Amino acid sequence: MRLGSGTFAACCVVIEVLGVALFLRGFFPTPVRSSSRTEHQAEPPAPEPSAGASSNWTKLPPPLFRKVVIMLIDGLRDDFVFGSKGVKFMPYTTYLVEKGASHSFVAEAKLPTVTMPRIKALMTGSLPGFIDVVRNLNSPALLEDNVITQAKAAGKRIIFYGDETWVKLFPRHFVEYDGTTSFFVSDYTEVDDNVTRHLDKVLKRGDWDVLILHYLGLDHIGHVSGPSSPLIGHKLREMDSILMKIHTSLLSEERETLVPNLLVLCGDHGMSETGGHGASSVEELNTALILISSAFERKPGDIRRPKHVQQTDLAATLAIGLGLPIPGSSVGSLLFPTVEGRPVREQLRFLHLNAVQLSKLLQENVPSYTKEPGFEQFKMSERLHGNWIRLYLEENNSEVLFNLGAKVRRQYLDALRTLSLSLSRQVAQYDIYSMLVGTVMVLEVLALLLLSIPQALSSEAELEVPLWSPVFSLLFYLMFLVLSALHVIVCTSAESSCYFCGLSWLTAGGVMALISALLCAVGSALAKMFADGKFLSKNPAHPKARWSELDVLILLGTMGHVLSLGASSFIEEEHQTWYFLINTLCLALCHEIYRNCFLRDDCEPQQCSHVEEGFVSPAPALQDRSIRCNMLEPHRVSKGPTSLDTLRGYEKWMVLASPWVILTCCRLLRSLNQTGVQWAHRPDLGHWLTSSDHKAELSVLAALSLIVIFALVQRRCSLTSKVAMALGLLGVYCYRAAIGNVLFPWQRDSKDISKGVIEARFVHVFVLGILFTGTKDLLKSQVIAADFTIKTVGLWEIYSGLVLLAALLFRPHNLPVLVFSLFIQTIMTKFIWKPLRHDAAEITIMHYWFGQAFFYFQGNSNSIATVDVSAGFVGLDTYMEVPAMFLTAFATFAGPVLWASHLVSFLSSETSGSALGHACFCYALICSFPVSAYIILVTSLRYHLFIWSVFSPKLLYEGMHILITAAICAFFTAMDQTNTKS
Amino acid sequence: MKDTDIKRLLYTHLLCIFSIILSIFIPSFFLENFSILETHLTWLCICSVFVTAVNLLLYLVVKPNASSKRSSLSYKVTRFLKCCIYFLMSCFFFHVIFVLYGAPLIELVLETFLFAVILSTFTTVPCLCLLGPNIKAWLRVFSRNGVTSIWENSLQITTISSFIGTWLGAFPIPLDWERPWQMAIERKYKMCTSLYVCTRHGASHCPQVWPISCTLGATFGYVAGLVISPLWIYWNRKQLTYKNH
Repeated sequence: MRLGSGTFAACCVVIEVLGVALFLRGFFPTPVRSSSRTEHQAEPPAPEPSAGASSNWTKLPPPLFRKVVIMLIDGLRDDFVFGSKGVKFMPYTTYLVEKGASHSFVAEAKLPTVTMPRIKALMTGSLPGFIDVVRNLNSPALLEDNVITQAKAAGKRIIFYGDETWVKLFPRHFVEYDGTTSFFVSDYTEVDDNVTRHLDKVLKRGDWDVLILHYLGLDHIGHVSGPSSPLIGHKLREMDSILMKIHTSLLSEERETLVPNLLVLCGDHGMSETGGHGASSVEELNTALILISSAFERKPGDIRRPKHVQQTDLAATLAIGLGLPIPGSSVGSLLFPTVEGRPVREQLRFLHLNAVQLSKLLQENVPSYTKEPGFEQFKMSERLHGNWIRLYLEENNSEVLFNLGAKVRRQYLDALRTLSLSLSRQVAQYDIYSMLVGTVMVLEVLALLLLSIPQALSSEAELEVPLWSPVFSLLFYLMFLVLSALHVIVCTSAESSCYFCGLSWLTAGGVMALISALLCAVGSALAKMFADGKFLSKNPAHPKARWSELDVLILLGTMGHVLSLGASSFIEEEHQTWYFLINTLCLALCHEIYRNCFLRDDCEPQQCSHVEEGFVSPAPALQDRSIRCNMLEPHRVSKGPTSLDTLRGYEKWMVLASPWVILTCCRLLRSLNQTGVQWAHRPDLGHWLTSSDHKAELSVLAALSLIVIFALVQRRCSLTSKVAMALGLLGVYCYRAAIGNVLFPWQRDSKDISKGVIEARFVHVFVLGILFTGTKDLLKSQVIAADFTIKTVGLWEIYSGLVLLAALLFRPHNLPVLVFSLFIQTIMTKFIWKPLRHDAAEITIMHYWFGQAFFYFQGNSNSIATVDVSAGFVGLDTYMEVPAMFLTAFATFAGPVLWASHLVSFLSSETSGSALGHACFCYALICSFPVSAYIILVTSLRYHLFIWSVFSPKLLYEGMHILITAAICAFFTAMDQTNTKS
Repeated sequence: MKDTDIKRLLYTHLLCIFSIILSIFIPSFFLENFSILETHLTWLCICSVFVTAVNLLLYLVVKPNASSKRSSLSYKVTRFLKCCIYFLMSCFFFHVIFVLYGAPLIELVLETFLFAVILSTFTTVPCLCLLGPNIKAWLRVFSRNGVTSIWENSLQITTISSFIGTWLGAFPIPLDWERPWQMAIERKYKMCTSLYVCTRHGASHCPQVWPISCTLGATFGYVAGLVISPLWIYWNRKQLTYKNH
C-alpha cells in the first residue's frame, strides 16, 4: 500500500498520541477521593447500628482530648527516635516511649516523600495524586476534606508555627500563625528558633485547642550534611527538650482541668543515607509517630515494639480524638491503641464510624465494591455490632457481652485493615504495565518514522507501507499471540490495580494487534534498509554530500535539546535553550546570507561542484547515509545559485539587515516576560505594563499592536475578511476595555467593569466567520481545479482567523508577542526563505524552533502555574468545560500553532508538489523525538526528588503538545490531499 | 610548507598557552585574594593583556608574512591606530551580540563588556596581527578554501574553536551548580508553593556568576584551538596545498 509521507506521518502521530495517553494514565493514577467536599458537607454521622432496639447514639461522639499539640519534625526518620540515636540524644522521648503513657508507631509514608504531599496525607488521610495539583491549577490551598478544616468548622481555635507550606495549604484556618520559609537550607537554627520562641507564651495561654508546630531544622541538616552528621544529634537533643517542655506544660495543665490532652510527635518523611528524600528507600519511607497522653494507661513493665502503621492513619485518629467527622477521602484506619482505654461501646462506635467512612469511599471509587472482601467483612461486623448493641441495651449477662464485644472489635479491625489496604492500592504506585505498553507504542512509531526518512523525503514523497506480505502476516500473528499471552499472564498475576488490565479484552487485543503490526512494520523497514545498504556498498561511487552549517546546527540543536531534558534545571529553564537556539539559528542564517552576498566570486566554483553533486546523488544514494542527513538533502538539487544577486539595492540591504532585525525582536520579546524559575523574579516589561499605574501606556501599546496586526495580516486577505478582521480587532480592544484592562481615550477611570461577554462573543463571531470563509475558499479550490490563488488566500484566511482568536485571548501586554510573531514571519518569508531557497525540511524545522520559542515568549513555562486559565472564560458566561478547555489550550499553545499554520500557508503558496508532505513528515518527526526521549527519561527518573515538581508538569505539557501536533499534522495532510487532487 | 614551519607554529602556540597559564598564577604574587573565580574581572583584564602582548611579540619576532611594501613611520602609525579601532569595534560588536543573546542590557555592563574584550582578544587580535586591518584578507581567510598558509589555517581553527567554546560555555548558565545547591533543592521539593517563595526572595543572595562560564568556555576553546591546529596541520600536511598569492 502506498501512502503519501504526510498521511503516513499523521497516522504515526495519532498512534503516538494513543501511546502517550496510555503512558500518562499509567504514570498518573487517579487518586481515591470522595465526592463530598468540605463545603457541602452536611450529612449526619452514621448512627450506631442496632438490631431491633433503637440506640440513642446518633450524634458524633464527644472529643477524647481537650487540647492537641502536633509536633511535626521534618525528616524525622524512625531510627532517630527508636534507634540508637534516639536513646543517645532523645532521653525524654525514649523514656516516654519505653515507660510513659504513650503509643509509638513506625508510620510508613507513601511516594513522593516530599513535604507538601505528606502534609496533605497527614491531614486528609488520603493519598494525594499529581492530578490534584493539576486540578486546582493555581491555588495551592487544600480544597479536600481534612482535619484542619473540620476542626475550624467545629469552632476549634488552631495555632500554627512553622513551615510556610501549611499557611498556604490552609489559608485563614489559623487564629494565629507564624510561617517560616524554608528557602535557606543552610540555616538550621533560625528556622527552628522562630518556632520555639512562641512556645512559652502559647503554652501558658489557654485560648487554643490545637497547636501545630512544624520544625524544619532536622531536614535542612539532612540536606546539607547527611543523616550521620553530628549536627543531627544536637538537633535531636533540642527537639527532645522542646518535647519535654510541651509535655510537662500539658501535664501541669491537666492537673487543673482533669481532662486529658494529646501530644503527637511525628515526621513527614524520612531521610535517605545521603540526606535527601523523595524516593522510596526504606529510610525515606519510615517515620516516627508517637502519641502521648495521660489517657493512655500502661502497666509497668509493659514493653512494646513500635508497630508499623500507615501515615494516613493519623488523620482518622486525630478526627476521632477531636470529636470530628473523619475526612471523606481518608484511606487510613483508626490507630486502635489510642481508644483502647475507653468503654467497649465507645470503642465499637469509633470503629464503626471509621468503617462506614471507608466503605463509602470504596463505594465511590470501586465499581464492583460488593465483591471486595473488606466490604463483606464490614457488613458482617456491622450486623454483629447491632446484635451487641441490642444485648447491651437489654443489659444482658456481662460475660457474654464482653466476649461478643471482643469478637466484634476483632471483626471491625480486620475489616478496617482490608478496606484501607484495598483503597490505598488504587493509588500511590506507578502503573508500570500501562506505562510500558505506552512507551513501546511510542518508540515503535519513532523507529518507524526514523527508518522511513529516506523514502518519505524522496522527491515523490510517498512510501511503501508493507501491510499484506505473507512473512509479515506470519510474524504478525506470532507476535500477536505472544503479546496476548503476556497480557493475560501479567493481568492475572498483578497485585496492584492496572489501568490497561481494566480495559475490555477487545480494546486490549486491539492495542496488542497495533503493537505487533508496528513491530512488523519496523522489522520489514529494517530488512529493506539492510538490503539496500548491501546493494549500495557494492557500488560505492556515490559522492559525499556536504552539510551546510545550518544543517549541522539544526541537527545539533535538536539533539542538544533532547539531551537537556534529562536535567531538572534545564527543564525549568527550557526557554533559555530555545532562545539560545533561535539566536544561533539567526546568526547562522546571517552567516549564510553574508557569504552568499560578499563571497560570490570565491564560492562560484564550489557552488558549481555542489550543484553537480546534487545531480549525481539521486534517491537511492541517499539511503545508506546516516539517518538525519537524509532529510535535509533531497532538495539540494533545486538549490542552485541563490537569487540574491538578482535583488535590487534596497532589497539587498533589507536581506542583509533582516537577521539583525529578528535578533532585536527576539531580545525585546525576551524582556517582555521573564519566565522559568531562576530568573522569574526579575522585573520585566510585562509586569511594568500590567501594574495599574501604567494603564495608559498599556492601552497605547495594545491599540498600536492591534493596528500593526491588522496591517501585517490584511495584505493577503480577501476584502470581506479584511473588513471582518478590522472589526474583530476593534472588538478585541473593546473587550479589553470592558473588562478593565485598557482604557478608551475618552474614558478617564474604569468605573463599570463587566465580564465583557458581549464584546468577546462579537469577536468570536468574526473569528468563526473568517475561518468559515477560509474553509469555503479551500473547498472551492478543490472543486475548481488548478485555481491556485484561491487556495493560498483560503489558507491565509484560516491563519488570520487564528491570529484574531489569539489576539482576543492574549492578555493585552502579550499582544506585542503576536505582533512580533507576524513581523518575524513576514521578514523571514520575504528576505530569507525566498531568496535563499531553503528546502521544505529546513523551513519546517525553523518554524518549529520559532514556534517553541514563542511558546515561552508568551510567558509560558514548564510549570503548571503559568497556564493562563482566564483565557478559558473569554466570552463565556459560566464555566463550560469543552469550550473553556479548547480556548485555554489554544491560548497556551498559540505560538506553536500559529507558526505551524503559517508554515502551511507559506509552503502551499511558495512551492508545490511534495513540499507539504515533506513538511508534515518533518514536523511529526521533530515533535515526536523529544516526546519519546522524554517518556524514557521520566520512566527512569520516576523516583527522582523533583519528579512531581519539575518532571511531571513537563510531561503533561509534552502530552498536550503531541496532541496538538497530531491536529496540525492532520491539517497538513488535508491540505496535502487537496494539493494532489488539484 | 616545511616541517620547520609547523614546528614554529607549535612553539608560538605553546607560548600563547603559557601566557594564559601565567596570567592565572603571576597576579597572585602581587594581588591579595586573587583567584579566577572570585576576582574574575581582574583576571579577565590581565589575561587579555597577556595574550595581546604575547601575540604582538610573536608578530614582531616571527613575522609570518613579512611583506610590507612601505615601512614609513606614518604608515605604521596609521596601521596601528586602525588596528586599535578595529579591536574596539569588534569589542562593541561582540557586546551587542551578547546582549542579543540575552545578557542584561543595563545591569552588569562591565562584566559583559570585559567578556566581549576577552573574546576579541582571542579572535580579533590574532587576526589583526596576522592579516592587518584588511577586510578583504579577512573575508578570504574565513571563506572556504581561501587559506594560503599554515598560519592562516591555524588562525581559522583557533578563532572558530574560541567561538564554539564560548557557545558551549553558555550551557551551564541555567544549571544550579554555581549557586549553593541547597537552594535549588529547597525550592523544588516544596512543589508548587515554591514558586511564590522564590519570587518573593529572589536570587539576590546568589553570588554573581554571569560571564564566568562563558569566559572559561572561550578560554578553553582558544587553548583547544591552539593545541589542535598544529596537530591537525601536521596530520593533514600531505593534503594541504596552499596556492601562493
